[in-house]
Amino acid sequence: MSVAAPPALEVLGVTKRFGDVLANEDVDFRVERGRVHALLGENGAGKSTLVNIIFGLYRADSGEVRRNGEVVHLNGPRDAIDSRIGMVHQHFQLVPVLTVAENVVLGNEPTRRGVVDLDEAASVVRALAERFGLEIDPWARVEDLPIGLQQRVEILRALFREVDILILDEPTAVLTPQETTHLLGVLRGLADTGVAVVFITHKLREVMAVADDITVMRRGKVVGSAVPAETDEASLASMMVGRSVELSLERTPASPGDKVLTIVDLVVNDDRRSQSLNGINLDVRAGEVVGVAGVEGNGQRELVEAITGLRGVVSGSITLEGVEIAGMSPRQISTMGVSHIPEDREKFGLIGAHTVADNMVLNRYHQPPYSRHGIRSPGAVEDNAERLVAEFDVRPSNIGAMVATLSGGNKQKVVAAREFSHEAKVMVAAQPTRGIDIGNIEFIHRRLIEYRDAGMAILLVSAELDEVLGLADRVAVIYGGQIVAIESADGIDRDRVGRLMLSGTDN
Amino acid sequence: MRWLKPVAVPLIAVGLALGIGAIILALSGANPIEAYSALIDGSLSSQKTIGRTLEKATPLIMGGLAVAFAFRAGLFNIGGQGQLVIGGIFAAAVGFGFEGLPWIIHAPLALAVGALAGAAWGSIAGVLKATRGAHEVITTIMLNFVALNLTDWLASNPWKDEGILSRTPAVEESAVIPQWGALPTGFLVAVAASIGCWYLLERTTLGFEIRSVGLNGDAARYAGISVKRIVVATMAISGFLAGAGGAIETQGVIGRYEPGFNAGLGFNGITIALLARNNPIGVIPAALLIGAMEAGGSMMQFNADVSPEITDIIEALMLLFVATPIVVRWFFSRQDVAEVSITSGWGSS
Ligand SMILES: Nc1ncnc2c1ncn2[C@@H]1O[C@H](COP(=O)(O)OP(=O)(O)OP(=O)(O)O)[C@@H](O)[C@H]1O
Ligand SMILES: [Mg+2]
Repeated sequence: MSVAAPPALEVLGVTKRFGDVLANEDVDFRVERGRVHALLGENGAGKSTLVNIIFGLYRADSGEVRRNGEVVHLNGPRDAIDSRIGMVHQHFQLVPVLTVAENVVLGNEPTRRGVVDLDEAASVVRALAERFGLEIDPWARVEDLPIGLQQRVEILRALFREVDILILDEPTAVLTPQETTHLLGVLRGLADTGVAVVFITHKLREVMAVADDITVMRRGKVVGSAVPAETDEASLASMMVGRSVELSLERTPASPGDKVLTIVDLVVNDDRRSQSLNGINLDVRAGEVVGVAGVEGNGQRELVEAITGLRGVVSGSITLEGVEIAGMSPRQISTMGVSHIPEDREKFGLIGAHTVADNMVLNRYHQPPYSRHGIRSPGAVEDNAERLVAEFDVRPSNIGAMVATLSGGNKQKVVAAREFSHEAKVMVAAQPTRGIDIGNIEFIHRRLIEYRDAGMAILLVSAELDEVLGLADRVAVIYGGQIVAIESADGIDRDRVGRLMLSGTDN
Repeated sequence: MRWLKPVAVPLIAVGLALGIGAIILALSGANPIEAYSALIDGSLSSQKTIGRTLEKATPLIMGGLAVAFAFRAGLFNIGGQGQLVIGGIFAAAVGFGFEGLPWIIHAPLALAVGALAGAAWGSIAGVLKATRGAHEVITTIMLNFVALNLTDWLASNPWKDEGILSRTPAVEESAVIPQWGALPTGFLVAVAASIGCWYLLERTTLGFEIRSVGLNGDAARYAGISVKRIVVATMAISGFLAGAGGAIETQGVIGRYEPGFNAGLGFNGITIALLARNNPIGVIPAALLIGAMEAGGSMMQFNADVSPEITDIIEALMLLFVATPIVVRWFFSRQDVAEVSITSGWGSS
């Protein structure tokens, strides 16, 4: 590349304000073609805002965006696509009832005699998938696909439009370690063909593995940049958070008490009514963390939903301190002392158009002091929210804001804060730190251990093997709807767990 | 200017509709200024015309509330018309069926029975949705036909007045909802209902449940809310409001139940709710606006020789602009694309 060539993308002096929140302040950001550029920063630092401005979804209050040296004015995704910028959002923008091929070509369909040519679309998609190593069945319906494959569809959709800049907002937050490795390989390959890749993540290991350039934001500003060869995870972490961060948790031994949650021969169906849990046996004692490790789609979601009453049980039993809870309503189970951090915070955990304060009492709104005789008490709801927002450092701290306006990680903090605030006997935590920055992960992990030591029984379901191995006292491996191994986390063999996750056996 | 944002879309829509209406008037050879001043003359110029506007606005408020309220739970109640006629005829039955009751008992009793009949009618669609998954748009439309035929039959058979006309007997004096000078008491009831709906939605746990179900049914289930119970309750309340609207019409305006007297009143509720962006308080000005156009329409015909259908055209244009955020986006071209799409859909408030 000649020295004089302007960068593929250049952001100069961009400022964006939402009400009182300065989401981006005089941001300069430069992306070269053929390189993977990692964008890092705490929750609420302004990363999503910046890429949304680049993609034309938000309008900067001041500053400019240049493509190949020329100022562009983007008015929405259409314009962005016209200037060959593609984006994979934190929340997918797919049409669930359409097929993979239809979703990929949507808005740009190949036609024959005025009718969409689906066979042509499918073969285009197949070719594209092959070229970039993103194998997928073009005829599958998107709603039937696991989240990792849905993301592939999103990526294919961008690639179909032959982008030179591909932006991915926390693409690995929803992926398993295997899928992540694969995706990073795909991104590398794309960059090698000359595409500029912008990649937001909270996982420093990925950054070190794949990035060519690194930009770090904090509180709306760019606070530094680096290249992997000249930095390490610890210094990136402290650049992000502005202090040094404990990257691994000091493990303290648990002192488990009686069995609190006991699951016997549990059989549960999935959404398509085929059996997804085939006789699960598991128990969690007071004062211990049981971690469920497994590749996504092996029954974790159904297990969590069955315990919390969101999904019916075909047979088997779930008891809480000896009381059968299988078949009870979510409300009954929650009132009996089961807290639940749901895996999908947008779908289950939050109501985006409600305020932060209302979301902080989402499953306690009907109880005193939050309401009496059917009349809500806004004062009590607000006091509770003020306390939790301060305790969990939710930013911005405006409890009257709609939750939908919070950054991804701050939404997750709202869910965690709410669920930790109940007096519960059991905590079912599914991906409790998804999308949360390293500083706050440390905080949430500490909280989990504190609650464990206070006698709570914790069932931790996580796609992050490191999180499971780092927090759990016992590890249960789930494969094909069964628990294939359960053992003490002390001295457990990471590779063996990995093999069990992938094949159900350790040889 | 923050307060302006929620009302901006309806205000711009109304302005645009009146503007285009003026052009249509001019094209059809009329003088738009004359026509619009006749419209105002017929709706706002005297105590009497104001009273008429309020009277017209009353069932519109109730019908608008019925639609707006249901929508807050994510339900599209197209059945306002059916619930309204059911409420109207049951209020009439109580009104003519009891003699010698004191006013303080008879009028509220008839109103309550009409409202409850509407609630029962509305909850049929709710129950069908909760138990069978039948979509409320389909069932409420079908129930409209059932209700219209049922009330026709009631008014021409068991509850028929003497004489040749198919209509119920006039309600007893003690069941009439009176006027206070130019002010129809029914209008006050409707305003109270608006405030009541606002309070219910914003301040009670039931309202929180209704809004939660409307915004995110999965999260509502997670929160322990029984979505089925809320669907039935919401449809019942929605039918209650429409039924009360029919009762007020019977007891305060017509004095009896007459098939066809209120054709379209229930459907206007959809217009009102859309203009009010499903805000129960916003329903009041929206209904007053439409009520004034209906009240003034005949004066416009008389004074400016314009056919009253022009008011229908203007109403339709308002609807079109409220429902089409793209038009309003021209006025906010400096705004974020993502923000506009969050705040301008049907159903946001
Ligand atoms: N539409 C909006 N309305 C109001 N405030 C917003 C909006 N979008 C973002 N913000 C605010 O701007 C700030 C930056 O948010 P942004 O989503 O860019 O953070 P982020 O760096 O992507 O964080 P995360 O890692 O948690 O995803 C946050 O304080 C957020 O609350
Ligand atoms: Mg983000």
